[in-house]
Amino acid sequence: MATISFTSHLQRYLDCPSLNVSAGTLREALSQAFAGNARLAGYILDDQQRLRKNVAIFIDGQQIQDRRHLSDRLKPQSEIYILQALSGG
Amino acid sequence: MQLRVGTRKGLFIFDRVAADQWQPQAPALLGDPVTMLLTDPRSGDQFAALNLGHFGVKLYRADAGSDNWVEICTPAFPKTDAEDGPAVEQIWELSPGGVDQPDTLWAGTIPGGLFKSTDRGDSWQLIESLWARPEREFWFGGGYDAPGIHSICVHPHNSRHLTLAVSCGGVWESLDDGTNWQLIGQGLRAAFLPPDQAYNPTSQDPHRMVRCAAAPDHLWIQHHNGIFRSTDGGHNWSEITEAGPSVFGFAVAVHPKDPDCAWFVPAVKDECRVPVDAKLVVTRTRDGGQSFTTLDSGLPEAPAYDLTYRHALAVDAGGKLLAFGSTTGGLWISEDQGDHWLCLSSHLPPINVVQFHS
Repeated sequence: MATISFTSHLQRYLDCPSLNVSAGTLREALSQAFAGNARLAGYILDDQQRLRKNVAIFIDGQQIQDRRHLSDRLKPQSEIYILQALSGG
Repeated sequence: MQLRVGTRKGLFIFDRVAADQWQPQAPALLGDPVTMLLTDPRSGDQFAALNLGHFGVKLYRADAGSDNWVEICTPAFPKTDAEDGPAVEQIWELSPGGVDQPDTLWAGTIPGGLFKSTDRGDSWQLIESLWARPEREFWFGGGYDAPGIHSICVHPHNSRHLTLAVSCGGVWESLDDGTNWQLIGQGLRAAFLPPDQAYNPTSQDPHRMVRCAAAPDHLWIQHHNGIFRSTDGGHNWSEITEAGPSVFGFAVAVHPKDPDCAWFVPAVKDECRVPVDAKLVVTRTRDGGQSFTTLDSGLPEAPAYDLTYRHALAVDAGGKLLAFGSTTGGLWISEDQGDHWLCLSSHLPPINVVQFHS
């Protein structure tokens, strides 16, 4: 099973513990995460289902390539980290 | 009476406990950027729009009599196949529908979408008829990269009559609840355009538009390069060229019962957004713009570099109380129509919006 872990900043707004998914692509993995947490999608994806500009996703240590369609492939044991860019002020 | 202040870092609330005494309450939504507020006068429900930056725009509601803020549905553009399909970047205006439409809300966004809810914000629909207007291609950003709808005036005698202001996209009117739209705003002048385009109504930058509740044909605009007044529902506008220190600013408030009385918070000009001579003042007209009084009693001595955003000046429903806040966290209140001011705080986060609630 692949694992999705979320930035702790998201915990401020909604409950989103790490979870295990069985998926071939990032989009499939996220769909499973959103299925049990409908609000979560709006924090990670924009109106057009693109990755939000200041959200970053790493799969096995590499930033994803396809922010538009989220087609990056997963391995069975992939580790997915969903993070946010840092900001000031 | 309560004053609600939406800031870059939360919602701050002040209760009026006696004449000229306003007591701060515990802040709500602390740390979150609040871009717009609405207390629905029909129900007492409160709404707060947030722009969380990384995680997008959110909308919260606290039901009447409750301080429990709950995230509700956020306006969103329909999904398209285009690579550059729109996404809501900010909720810039929230307005209640008419008294005969008790669950209706309107929201204006950046980019320039108008959204309607008929269930207290539990769901939203884009008003496609305005979004599809060909003139929208000529709208452009004013202060933000994309154009936005920041003023929604529902006619108090006819809920189906809407008047909008867009930065930068002029003034728009619908007489049928948003089904059809016409571009109005003759007489608005854009000094930032080539001379032969200056009166093109499509390209105007009304920073803020307000309607007099008791005389709804009377509207005021604080425009990018001047102050304008309409007495025919926004169809035709007269420019006011002298208004105290400056005609530049963002905010305007109109007396709810006297359409000749309005207030402004002037700044130097668009490329120098600070008070004239570093002296923070409010200007007031009581004769429809023929003359202005500069009000500074209780406001800071120069130098002061406070700037007031378009939603950060408010008058209460009785027309006596005024409040304004600044981008440097100053908050002032007046209980005599601006003759005297009381500083409630000099240390708030940058203020986006102030509103009274009784």
